[in-house]
Amino acid sequence: MKATTPSQDLLRGVWRENPVLVQMLGLCPALAVTNTVENSLAMGIATFFVLLGSSLLVALLKRFIPNEIRISAYILIIATFVTIADMGLEALVPDVHKALGAFIALIVVNCMILGRQEAFASKRSVVRSLLDAIGSGTGFVIALFLMGAFREIVGMGSFLGIPLFGDGYEPWVVMILPPGGFLTLGTLLIGLSWFQRRRKEAADGGTAKNGAVQEGSVA
Amino acid sequence: MSDLFWILLSAMVVNNFTLALFLGLCPFMGVSSRVDTALRMGLANVFVLVLTSLSAWTLNTFVLPYAPYLRLISFIVVIASLVQIVEMAVKKLSPALFRQLGIFLPLITTNCAILGLAIFQTNRGYGLFEGLFFAVGAGLGLTLALVLMASIRESTELSDVPEVTRGTGLVLIIAGTLSLAFMGFAGLLSAA
Repeated sequence: MKATTPSQDLLRGVWRENPVLVQMLGLCPALAVTNTVENSLAMGIATFFVLLGSSLLVALLKRFIPNEIRISAYILIIATFVTIADMGLEALVPDVHKALGAFIALIVVNCMILGRQEAFASKRSVVRSLLDAIGSGTGFVIALFLMGAFREIVGMGSFLGIPLFGDGYEPWVVMILPPGGFLTLGTLLIGLSWFQRRRKEAADGGTAKNGAVQEGSVA
Repeated sequence: MSDLFWILLSAMVVNNFTLALFLGLCPFMGVSSRVDTALRMGLANVFVLVLTSLSAWTLNTFVLPYAPYLRLISFIVVIASLVQIVEMAVKKLSPALFRQLGIFLPLITTNCAILGLAIFQTNRGYGLFEGLFFAVGAGLGLTLALVLMASIRESTELSDVPEVTRGTGLVLIIAGTLSLAFMGFAGLLSAA
């Protein structure tokens, strides 16, 4: 593994290697519960908590977990934190807990969490693992928030339950229904890929045109 | 009997696991580029779903009344070991089938449809037979979604789509369209 600086560990997961938008991990919750901003945030924060807790424990215990059964051990640790999150949400915000339903329990099989344990927390120090978990967790929250905001604004004409457009607005109901999830993420990904392509073309075009001339001046 | 039939039909088309509940998206994105692999993956899923439904029922009936807080942990442990045992059994009994399913079996453990089935079954209080019909319906629904997706992807491969949309973006838009079509089945339930 390449040596990385602490700030790289922290920032990598936020945008450049965003778990949902770039690595395509944890898609099930990203599509299923993002019909309102409130649900998206609750799901994002619950996942963030589970990721942080599991990374901490895995990084602390890595010397005691035999290599052959490491995946099962990680899953057990993750399942424990999910149970805590499930009970916590039920006690603190019963309405949101009801709306999210089975998907809180399904955080266990969110491949992003297991992926971070296997790829990072099992090999690095406790502090680095926590930084990595905070970064990836934030990236996950950002992706869910983007999806939730878009779907709630066009699907219900509101943001966090506050109406935005007045009575004349006809909500696109389909966006808060299941097809809307697929369409929103698809559009978001196509938009990102278009944006990246344009930036790359601009960079390539720039260097190709000025490459010969600038070589001397830059050096 | 008609109740059981409706449970099967509802899990298969109306509340299709992949297209309406977003469960099992990883294989849906990952192994839906060829129809025959999609079909095999789907059938492997049906098999594991039925076994999961049986084990979830056993746990719910005999173990969990005494320790409800262990629900999630016991489900995931049972599913993981179940898949491992199935893999070993298939390898021993039918090496040919093992080679065909090979990569798909371990992948199934991290498929949220499996854990989702166990949790839904528990939340809805299904009994043994209801659970089995639910599992078969959910499995067939997954297979249907996978095969439909794979057929569409096979034909988009040669067509002239804009270059930016190639890859996951296109798959998601197709999935959205399929999901819209499947919403039409919702009328079936209210008609019944």
